[in-house]
Amino acid sequence: MYVWIWRHLPGNLSWKVLQVVLLVAAVSALLLFVIFPWLEPKLPINKVTVNQ
Amino acid sequence: MTVEDERPIEDAQPPEDGRPIEDDQPLEEHAAVRTAGRHLGSGSQMTRADWIRLGLRGTGQTLITAGVVILLFVVYELWVTNIFAHEEQVKVHKQLEKEWAEGTDPLAPGKLTLPNGKQGTIPTGIGIANLYIPRLGTDYHFTIVQGTDDASLERGPGHYVDTALPGQVGNFAVAGHRVGKGEPFLNLDHLRPGDAVVIETKSEWYIYRVKGNVQTGDLNNTGADGIPGREIVSPSDVAVIAPVPDQPGTTPTEKMMTMTTCQPKFTANQRMIIFSALSRVVPRVGTQLPKELVGGTL
Repeated sequence: MYVWIWRHLPGNLSWKVLQVVLLVAAVSALLLFVIFPWLEPKLPINKVTVNQ
Repeated sequence: MTVEDERPIEDAQPPEDGRPIEDDQPLEEHAAVRTAGRHLGSGSQMTRADWIRLGLRGTGQTLITAGVVILLFVVYELWVTNIFAHEEQVKVHKQLEKEWAEGTDPLAPGKLTLPNGKQGTIPTGIGIANLYIPRLGTDYHFTIVQGTDDASLERGPGHYVDTALPGQVGNFAVAGHRVGKGEPFLNLDHLRPGDAVVIETKSEWYIYRVKGNVQTGDLNNTGADGIPGREIVSPSDVAVIAPVPDQPGTTPTEKMMTMTTCQPKFTANQRMIIFSALSRVVPRVGTQLPKELVGGTL
C-alpha cells in the first residue's frame, strides 16, 4: 500500500516527501480528533465510577 | 515508505521481452518497467515467489501500521485528552467564580425541598464547588462538577447525583479520572490517614480528613464507625457511595466524603475508594484561605 502511494505521488523526491509528511499529519489528525474520541467511550478503559 | 521499498517489486518484474535492465537503458524503457511493476496486483505475470513476497510485505506493513496506530492512541489518552479536559476545567472554574461573584450558589437548588418532598435538581456538567488536596501539591485544585456521566467527568471530578452535598449529613461522593481527561485523581493513592481534603463552596470551607489510623498511618484501619481510609472494590460495589459507606439502608449520622477512581492505573478492573469525614467548617471570608492550605488564616 505504501509503495503504491509513494509511486502515485507526483513530483520529485523533496516534493514527494512533503506530501508524505502532510498525509501522515492528516491521518494522525483524523485519528486523534475524530476516530479516537468516538472509539474511546466504547472501550472498557478509564471507567472511574461505581455503577449506578 | 522509502525509495528502497519499490525496488524489490521492480527487481521481481523483468521486462516483458526478458532482457535484463541495464543501467544505460533509455529513460523510456525504465518508464515501461515502472508501468509493468504497477500491474503487479493483476497477477498475470506473478510467480509464486512474487505472491509470497507480496503477502509478507502486506502483513509486515499492516502490523507496523497497527503498532503506530496503537502508539498514537496512547498519546491520545495520556496527552491529547488532558489538553481538552484542561480547557473544559478552566471554563467551569471561571463560570463558578463568576456565579459566586454574582451571588449565585449553584448548589442552592440541591438544598431546596420541593413541594413533592424531593430535592431540587442541579443541572449536570456545571461547576458546584472547588476541591483542594494539599498532599497532592500546593497548587492542586479542581472544580467539581455535578454528575458522573462521561461529558461531566471530562470537565472535572464529578459529584454523584443523589448523594449528599458538601457538609451535609450522609456521603458527598465524587468520581474522577485517574489517567488522562485531566487526571484529577492520578495520585489518589498518595493520600494518608488524616490528610486534608478541602472543599470550597460559595459560603463555606469544608475540611474533610481521610479516615484510617493517623498514628500508624494504616489506611485500612476501620475506626469506631467501621469505615477505613481506603478500599479497593469491584466496579459494581455501589455501597461505597451509600449515605453510610458500605452499609446501604442505614440512616447516616456522620458527614462523609467519598472519592472513587479506577484502579490500577490504566485499567478499569477495580475501583479505588478514599473515605474522609468532615472535621471542621469555616465560613468563606473574602479571599482568605483555611489553615490547611498554604498561607491560610481561617
